[in-house]
Amino acid sequence: MITKQIRKWLVSGFLTLAVATTASAQTFVFTAIPDEDETKLVERFRGIADYLSEQLEVDVRYIPVKSYAAAISAFRNNQVQLAWFGGLSGVQARALVPGSEALAQGVEDQAFYNYFIAHKSTGLERADELPEGVRGKTFTFGSKGSTSGRLIPEYHIRDRFNEAPETVFSRVGFSGNHTRTLRLVESGTYDVGALNYKVWEKELEDGNINTDDVKIIWKTPGFPNYQWTIRGDVDERFGEGFKDRVRQALLDLDDPALLESFPREGFIPASNDDYEPIRSVASELGIID
Amino acid sequence: MLSYPTVRVSLLFLAIAVAGLFVADIAITTANPWRDLGQFFIGVATPNFFSTEGLLTALLRTVAFGFVGVALGSFFGFLLALVYRLLPVRIFCAFIRAIHELFWALIFLQFFGFHPLTGVLAIAIPYAGIFAKVYSEILEESDPEPSRLLPPGTSAIASFLYARIPDCWVQIRTYTAYRLECGLRSSAILGFVGLPTLGFYLESSFSQGMYSDAGAMLILFYVLIATMPIWVRPKLLPAYLLAAPFFLGEGFPIVWGNVERFFTEDIVPSPLRNGEGLAGLSSWLGDVMITEALPGIWNTIVLTQVALVATGLLSLLAFPLISKHFGGPVRRTSGHVFLVIARSTPEYILAYILLQLWGPSMLPAVVALALHNGGIIGHLIGRQTNAIELRPDAPTGFTRYSWELVPRVYRSFLAFLFYRWEIIMRETAILGILGIYTLGFYVDSAIQNIQFDRAMILILITASLNIGVDVLGRFIRRKLALQTMPTC
Repeated sequence: MITKQIRKWLVSGFLTLAVATTASAQTFVFTAIPDEDETKLVERFRGIADYLSEQLEVDVRYIPVKSYAAAISAFRNNQVQLAWFGGLSGVQARALVPGSEALAQGVEDQAFYNYFIAHKSTGLERADELPEGVRGKTFTFGSKGSTSGRLIPEYHIRDRFNEAPETVFSRVGFSGNHTRTLRLVESGTYDVGALNYKVWEKELEDGNINTDDVKIIWKTPGFPNYQWTIRGDVDERFGEGFKDRVRQALLDLDDPALLESFPREGFIPASNDDYEPIRSVASELGIID
Repeated sequence: MLSYPTVRVSLLFLAIAVAGLFVADIAITTANPWRDLGQFFIGVATPNFFSTEGLLTALLRTVAFGFVGVALGSFFGFLLALVYRLLPVRIFCAFIRAIHELFWALIFLQFFGFHPLTGVLAIAIPYAGIFAKVYSEILEESDPEPSRLLPPGTSAIASFLYARIPDCWVQIRTYTAYRLECGLRSSAILGFVGLPTLGFYLESSFSQGMYSDAGAMLILFYVLIATMPIWVRPKLLPAYLLAAPFFLGEGFPIVWGNVERFFTEDIVPSPLRNGEGLAGLSSWLGDVMITEALPGIWNTIVLTQVALVATGLLSLLAFPLISKHFGGPVRRTSGHVFLVIARSTPEYILAYILLQLWGPSMLPAVVALALHNGGIIGHLIGRQTNAIELRPDAPTGFTRYSWELVPRVYRSFLAFLFYRWEIIMRETAILGILGIYTLGFYVDSAIQNIQFDRAMILILITASLNIGVDVLGRFIRRKLALQTMPTC
């Protein structure tokens, strides 16, 4: 048994080596912002890579990255040609790569929203606006470059209290991603946190949240979020009409298992202008110049 | 006692650290830190070696990046050592080694992206600076006598190769081997920023609470380091060095336009880029200084001073664990295992683990820095005490410790501690990437906001701070007439 596993391990190790060395210049590479647990991302985007590879008839490869900025840099440096960005990272990336465009977004991304969540020990209850009682508590954002983990929560905190998060809360941290925000507030490491409603609902559905320990205290108004963004020069590299084929492949995606892994109902066309609200908020907060 | 300068200096640093504790953010913020720590130890005790298909590849890449990086660093460091007496060379070397491997990696990632060169250079550049300094110190101390005996007219190269090198060859070799071990540690942590080494998977498993997977990776890493004397042999080295470049992985091709863009646009301060002139530049600089640099510098210094003293205290507590003057062979063996684990674990990984378990504050960083550095110094001091022969009727127990041994090793203890001062500060800055508000936090934030001009300014400030501490440390060592051979 053990030797069999060792053999499997060795073989897969060398296969990974072999695969890594055969990736040619004509491989279509994409990445995604690391907004959730990596295992989930790898599973989800390997499925997407297989699907796109079949539809587009080129090698398609997904590479996982460790930060939002790494996803943006890889896109900017043309080491990836397509990316699943958040609202803010998409705006940042498109500003850096002239000619790049938002191709498609999830149905839900037109009016995405956030939950502010709190640990039971705070005694906070769900309200129609961000409760005054969060003042003086500890608070965690998600990643520094996240739309629903940082930008939108910071915007609403400033809007509600007219103060920077650092003065409203006794301690402000960055958990890294939405799943971690959920875990940290659930365990009481932080009193309050803000996360993407999709992650909350998926975890709730999968039975991974102890709702006695953590609850929603506020739901933000809607904002445009995640989208697929592609570089403007892919047609030159992969042939005329390649961009349109990628868009079509994404819009046609109807495999329930793949859609469920996002989770999105389906993908619809998007444009750069859809994200103007995000750009203006980011500029107001000084996150972009 | 107060008449001894070493005691006065020690008390001064102790007082600074105690004052630092009052202003430092020291807290355990998780609700169940001990339960989490327990789960982590259960994970290490029940390692799962078959979790990630890429684990073996990651281990191979860790070794490959370590070898290539250290080899290049050692080669260029040696060349630099030959001209090290020139002031510009010394300043250049001090500068490149003042920037931590992870910062170099973050810089190269911006224009080389996921190309093997990113990881190789991130190790090779700072290591070249360190090698240059240490090699030149070793060469300087070599015995001049053999060269004097050579017949007149012997060429400089011949006399260097046949009279200087043989005298210090053993030291050069020992030190290079030691740096190779450090190189493997550096290589492992590069994974935390996305290179395909062990840290990549360690971070993933840890952040998802998969402690058995993380435990397996840590164990593999310890085994790799502990077995180095077995698999790193002089005869095998050429083979390793030739093979290593082929195991770095392909990554993605470099686009040279990105390199040019980085240097001509990205790092140019934004007011200059936007044509706002000098007035714009000074208000931009003022903003960076007040909102980011000064808080970062303050926290970096506070954390460094507290960690330095904690390291010292831990070293003094730890050295008896391996000293032949205390306990039996069983105690000493377990002491060795403890110290090996403490010093083989990179501070960054230790801090990462403790931050996950205890929540963000300076405490996990202090403990991580003290464990790693205290492990190293404790080991060196403990070994030194083994060379001391005590009288047969020497006192035992605590009296032996405090009146016989500590006074005998105290000077070299201080020498090691001040030598590591700069290293601790370099690490302190980098730990900011993990969420402690030291300079690294602000560098990381600037990179996350794609503001490389800010990031570069902050990295330069960090480097200057390190150089300052290095100079101060050397000044104190000279004042106290402390001598030491360099360690990792």
